[in-house]
Amino acid sequence: MGDPLVWHRLQFAFTIIYHYLFPQLTMGLALLIVVLKARALRSGDEAYNDAARFWIRIFGINFAVGVVTGIPMEFQFGTNWSAFSRYAGGVIGQTLGMEGLFAFFLESTCLGLLVWGEKRLGPKRHFAAALALFLGSWLSGYFITATNGFMQHPVGYTHALDGTLQLASFWAFLLNPWSVAQYAHTMVASVVTASFVMAAVGAYYTLKGLHGTQARIFLNLGVTAGLISSVLVAFPTGDVQGKLVAKHQPVALAAMEGRFESGPRAEINLFGQPNVKERRLDNPVRVPGVLSLLAYGTFSGNVRGLNEFPQDQWPTHIELLYYAFHIMAGLGTLFIGLMGLAMLLRWKGLIHRTRWMLWALMLAFPFPYIATTCGWMTAELGRQPWLIYGLMRTAAGASPTVHAGSTLFTLIGFTGLYFVLGLLFLFLIGREIAHGPVSGAGEVAHG
Amino acid sequence: MAELWFWLVSVMVALYVVMDGFDFGAGALHLVVARTNEERRTVLGAIGPYWDGNEVWLLAAGGSLFLAFPKVLAAGFSGFYLAMFLVVWSLILRGIALEFRSHVQDTLWRAFWDAVFSAASILLPVLLGAALGNVLRGVPLDASGTFELAFFTDFRTGNPVGILDWFTVLAGLFALVALAAHGALFLAWKTDGPVHDRAVRMARSLWIAVVLLWIAATAATASVNPAIFAALPGRPLGWLFSLVALAGLATVFTGLAKGHWLAAFLGSGAFLLGLLAATAACVAPVMLRSTLDPAYDLTLANAASGSHGLRTGLVWWCVGFPLAALYFAMLFRIHRGKAAAAAEGEGY
Ligand code: HDD
Ligand code: HEM
Ligand code: HEM
Repeated sequence: MGDPLVWHRLQFAFTIIYHYLFPQLTMGLALLIVVLKARALRSGDEAYNDAARFWIRIFGINFAVGVVTGIPMEFQFGTNWSAFSRYAGGVIGQTLGMEGLFAFFLESTCLGLLVWGEKRLGPKRHFAAALALFLGSWLSGYFITATNGFMQHPVGYTHALDGTLQLASFWAFLLNPWSVAQYAHTMVASVVTASFVMAAVGAYYTLKGLHGTQARIFLNLGVTAGLISSVLVAFPTGDVQGKLVAKHQPVALAAMEGRFESGPRAEINLFGQPNVKERRLDNPVRVPGVLSLLAYGTFSGNVRGLNEFPQDQWPTHIELLYYAFHIMAGLGTLFIGLMGLAMLLRWKGLIHRTRWMLWALMLAFPFPYIATTCGWMTAELGRQPWLIYGLMRTAAGASPTVHAGSTLFTLIGFTGLYFVLGLLFLFLIGREIAHGPVSGAGEVAHG
Repeated sequence: MAELWFWLVSVMVALYVVMDGFDFGAGALHLVVARTNEERRTVLGAIGPYWDGNEVWLLAAGGSLFLAFPKVLAAGFSGFYLAMFLVVWSLILRGIALEFRSHVQDTLWRAFWDAVFSAASILLPVLLGAALGNVLRGVPLDASGTFELAFFTDFRTGNPVGILDWFTVLAGLFALVALAAHGALFLAWKTDGPVHDRAVRMARSLWIAVVLLWIAATAATASVNPAIFAALPGRPLGWLFSLVALAGLATVFTGLAKGHWLAAFLGSGAFLLGLLAATAACVAPVMLRSTLDPAYDLTLANAASGSHGLRTGLVWWCVGFPLAALYFAMLFRIHRGKAAAAAEGEGY
């Protein structure tokens, strides 16, 4: 079983990737539910309330799994990364503490009101509850992104006498430019996920000839929000991310692009396989100059290659990093194309009859999940070999007293538990979708 | 400043025990206090609006500990590695059982989740009580500020210690009975009909058991960690909180006798709060005691974060804590009165 480090990393990666499948829908959906409730309030059209109610139910199931998979994340800082927690707790304890007090309480209270309180609250206050839930979930997104932002680009800290990190400037830490950019990109990406899911359900109902009015609402909102967010995720937010990586983590950028040689007019690689042993990219399809432009805003920008850096600073999984980045960016480009076309058809009033487009929308919903996961893999693998960039190596952060066997055991436990959890989740969501939206305010019996 | 944060963390932990404690207790009694589907839905309806928020107290308390005493969090969580994951997995199963049970109307489905919910609700107080027992007894912290513990060794409290020994098992048992008694009072207050009647009956016998076990646990603590009681004369707060606990206990019994369910429930909350706060007052300034050498103890002084971070944290804590309290006040107000059975198909 050897080195526990690899099991710690695998367990953390697995549990966080799994956890993040749920909040990304929650956060995006929270925004779309606010839009639906606002429309209902403004137009008085009950159909929007029915739509909101349907999505609140989906939200609720998703949220429940998000909550129970979030709790282990909080614990793992202490259990698996105790050396890291000891070292950096004086700083990141701030955001993790704030998240509980400011975001999770708000979220859990408001969800209860949203699910149980429609009749007691009345339309205006029910809308307010939706708005507060949106706020809570987007706040929790910020606090956790700020935690990650510190690991990517540490600011606002000092070294204490015992060598640990301590907070020096709260605002510098909280408003870390890296965190702000990362937050913007992550949140927009969560709206992409939610829009694709909403559009997919709308397309499914349209193809089946079910729930006519609702299907139209889902498709319209899903496609509109989907197009807007797909554009925003690439530009400006993805672009800003790329520039930050170029500035602060040049090794990561070189690895993301599979670039070994340095030089200006750096080309972007659309396809190709990194060959780390030979230090080159095999079978590349290239567009010259674009990488320099993306990273530095000018064709003459010198993008440094991996050869310029000592090998012990290279990310540990260059191939994975390269593919992850390319899948994300490639999918992002495709999303803009797909949603652009769908929007065009919508304007022409043809979307409900264009079966191939409905099929495409229905089958497209997993891809934002894939793009998001690849995005995080880009960020987290690019950060390697550092746990806190430039300050602490990943190898130095693991718990010194936990044995490889213990971690392997808990990893296996999580695998089994999460497998069952995933099946249950899909089963319940499937039932919700098969049951479909119903009209009327009764949070009614069914089943 | 470190001392203030010690109290903030202790208060949040105590609040967690009081809040999540009542839904643990209700869950531990679930299978016996409620027999039919209708009755079980009554229990779930009673804790439904609160349990998720209650659990956030754990996260908030953990976050505060992380912020203020990262060394304690790091040593404790990694030292109790496998036990921690038992807690985590129980929390997961419990949350899932609560949320998923109501979605499918099928007797087997529901019987299964009821059992999962109850089993997890029994296991969690035992684990939390045993954790407190470990803190009181001490753990083999060494010069590096870390430790590792076997699940059990020879069940004696001397080195080499294990997570479970007679003392920590006793603490776990005490926690289970105390929280079950606390949960019974919550149900007595919040429900009607057969569930209410059974909860009252169980509360009566459970609270007698609480008193007996409390005496036993106190005596055991005195023998395992004599320093705590040696310190008591110089700890006015320890006296004060012990009085709060006693007053709470008295309120429980008068409330039970007179049928003042809310008063009894508040009394049991005060009992738990007083007990934990008195313990905190007596162990300070030691946060995690070493069984190897007192020089290796993690204390307020050697485990605290930098003062700038603590001061900053205090500022936003003073904003966030009242907000959280406000949400709970709102929740209890909106759901005032006796809980109805959770409607079919309800739950998030
Ligand atoms: C729907 C999902 C999605 C899509 C379509 C895109 N991204 Fe992304 N990307 C994410 C979802 C995401 C993410 C999961 O949200 C990440 C992980 C960390 C973060 O900040 O956001 C991310 C990270 C991330 C990073 C790494 C930052 C780091 O190393 O810390 C870069 C450079 C980009 N993105 C750039 C882009 C570009 C140029 C795109 C062009 C289309 C793009 N992303 C599309
Ligand atoms: C925003 C909060 C996050 C924090 C604080 C965080 C923190 C960490 C930590 C402590 C590790 C283990 C050490 C390491 O391997 O570097 C890690 C690894 C990892 N995380 Fe994150 N993470 C966050 C979000 C995410 C998300 C949302 C994902 C994916 C969906 C993700 C994907 C990964 C992966 C794939 C690894 C393994 C990398 C490797 O071992 O090489 N992270 N992260
Ligand atoms: C290591 C990193 C992470 C930790 C420690 C963590 C922790 C948690 C915890 C404890 C919960 C449950 C809250 C409750 O009881 O109400 C939760 C839920 C949630 N988390 Fe995470 N989380 C992490 C990563 C992320 C990331 C990267 C995001 C988004 C950017 C995120 C967004 C959310 C949201 C919105 C919820 C609410 C529940 C849901 O939407 O499913 N989390 N998280």
